[in-house]
Amino acid sequence: MKIEIRNGRIVDPKNGVDARQSLYIAAGRIVAIDGAPDGWHPNRVIDASGLVVIPGIVDLSVRLREPGFEYKATLQSEMRAAVAGGVTSLACPPDTDPVLDEPGLVETLRNRARALNSAHVYPLGALTQGLRGEQVAEMGELTEAGCIGFSQADAPMHDTMVLYRTMQYAATFGYTVWLRPQDAFLAKDGVAHDGEVATRLGLPAIPSCAESIALATITRLMEETGARVHLCRLSTREAVGIVRAAKKARLPLTCDVSAHHLHLCEVDIGYFDTNCRLVPPLRGTRDRDALRGGVADGTIDAICSDHAPVDDDAKQLPFAEAEPGASAVELLLPLALKLAHEDKQSLAQTVERLTSSPARIMAIEAGDLGAGRVADVCIFDPSAFWRVERSALKSQGKNTAFIGLEVPGKVRYTLVAGQVVFEA
Amino acid sequence: MNHNPQLNRDGELHHLLTLEGLPRANVLHILDTAESFVGIAERDVKKVPLLRGKSIFNLFFENSTRTRTTFEIAAKRLSADVINLNIGASSTSKGESVLDTIDNLAAMQADMFVVRHAQSGAAHMIAAHLNATSRSHIHVINAGDGRHQHPTQGLLDLFTIRHYKKDLTRLRVAIVGDVLHSRVARSLIAGLTTLGVPEVRVVAPKTLIPTAASAMGVHVHNDMRQGVKDCDVVVMLRLQNERMRGALLPSAGEFFKHYGLTEEKLALAQPDAIVMHPGPMNRGVEIDSSVADGKHSVILPQVTFGIAVRMAVMSILGGT
Repeated sequence: MKIEIRNGRIVDPKNGVDARQSLYIAAGRIVAIDGAPDGWHPNRVIDASGLVVIPGIVDLSVRLREPGFEYKATLQSEMRAAVAGGVTSLACPPDTDPVLDEPGLVETLRNRARALNSAHVYPLGALTQGLRGEQVAEMGELTEAGCIGFSQADAPMHDTMVLYRTMQYAATFGYTVWLRPQDAFLAKDGVAHDGEVATRLGLPAIPSCAESIALATITRLMEETGARVHLCRLSTREAVGIVRAAKKARLPLTCDVSAHHLHLCEVDIGYFDTNCRLVPPLRGTRDRDALRGGVADGTIDAICSDHAPVDDDAKQLPFAEAEPGASAVELLLPLALKLAHEDKQSLAQTVERLTSSPARIMAIEAGDLGAGRVADVCIFDPSAFWRVERSALKSQGKNTAFIGLEVPGKVRYTLVAGQVVFEA
Repeated sequence: MNHNPQLNRDGELHHLLTLEGLPRANVLHILDTAESFVGIAERDVKKVPLLRGKSIFNLFFENSTRTRTTFEIAAKRLSADVINLNIGASSTSKGESVLDTIDNLAAMQADMFVVRHAQSGAAHMIAAHLNATSRSHIHVINAGDGRHQHPTQGLLDLFTIRHYKKDLTRLRVAIVGDVLHSRVARSLIAGLTTLGVPEVRVVAPKTLIPTAASAMGVHVHNDMRQGVKDCDVVVMLRLQNERMRGALLPSAGEFFKHYGLTEEKLALAQPDAIVMHPGPMNRGVEIDSSVADGKHSVILPQVTFGIAVRMAVMSILGGT
């Protein structure tokens, strides 16, 4: 199958490309940009006039809910949602049921995902067995089974010695540890940011220092162990400052933020909107501004969807009892484009935070459109606005605070390994 | 979902969920209506036929004898039919969700739900659910949701203050004790600021004051003596025993020593200060018996006014 993507604006930040060019794909790989190879006879031509052609989006956190939570969502529904959002590679956290702490489970998940012929799925293995925070998981076996890193997901890590040992062990073999910084005791029972809204609504709160104290522990243990760490879902201004300093000190550290935390803040909880029940909690406007600043100056490497489909029953509960999380994989690109527009960031830089930068964090071959690369491509219409509605979402989870919002950027085609897996 | 479902399109009260953001006109309307009900209790026949034929369900997902009883009395004095349901933990143990319970009771032709729940936001959730379905004619009264609001308590506190202190725009009010966990405090603070009380203080150790308390328009005091000094109204909050189990407070005794209302501390307030308490009281923990039973105490009149205020709320909702 030979595909030619003609006349689109190709934005490939890693290779410094931002120009109206054509892309030539054969046998699942990119064979040339701009000039057609000799004897080129495409099977299909995609007219990308007026459209933007970018590397397939790499999403650092998509919960597929399998195994164990098929009533919330299935691999099939969420993979369809992913490619509809232009996402071609995704990391899935290990907090399934059973937890991804055994190689067999990881292999099964990867095989099931492969059979769907959709986005590439890269599981994160559990850092500790059962995510209980007690016993280090079989990192070597899990890596062989296909895990690209090890994570505690949102499960608490109470024991600093266990954290220390798991980081030491990971450092021994060069594995990356993915951690969401949150002190388990300071966050215990909390459901909202410890600020004005939690005060007014009487919601159990999580102070900002729950994040910064955990982060201080992690960075100190990085110095101690030499472990490479990816920090997940920063939410506070303090954390952005700590990461900025740690990067200056050349710690092998990367970090991401969810698209929600760049657009929403505690005030959006309004009258107990459970779609704003997220982990980490939505924080203050100054935190949101600092996170945006972190994305702009590169302190924050990547923007992810933190996709977490939740069934309606689990959201139609009093705020504190509602299950946290938001369905977002289809909104990642539109929300990033909206951010770029609001903060006057270049399209290239925004695309970099969605593609080559997360690909580097995951250490996978993805995120750019260089010749010879696997042809994972997202083609979208930057001038098409659409309204987020339940019916417009392919994900089984309709839980999003953005219902009713007009967002820019409609994905027209998604290609995975040179095959068109989505078009609209 | 993310809207204030408390008022209808004409600005009339449709549910009573919170005093925060409830317009001054609505608050005054409730208080004025309550005035007219105070006299009814003193008659031989303590009933008016305003809600005859209406079914009011007291839905207590969290147990409370006192509040449920005052709502029941208020509803009966308005001639409504009252059905008490102490759901407590039983419905959740049977696996039925709150909204399933609501749908079932709505199907029994309920006109009004009086809801108490241990979680903040429960009454909002129920009201939003009813508004979104064909049951939008059913009214919801929040009888306490977690730490969030207890609006009828706030209203009866306002009624009591207005009864004893004619000009609210010159008052100093101190609210003392466990503000962090108190829905009573959140309601009263909102009501007092709406009615233009110029100085509302909260008095407690730092562990029992919510982080952003000053954003609610109150002055924070950690010293009890400074906190009650020159106050016209001192509202003591109930301190629950479970607060002594963690790191919030060391003991009831130490709390009483610093924050318990004694004659000696009360003497720092205005000579004609009134002392209030939402009940049930812990004598010797937050309040000394001599103060609770003393000449400044209006704790029992609060209970009496509470029935009139709840009658007012129910009759206003039932009339829309």
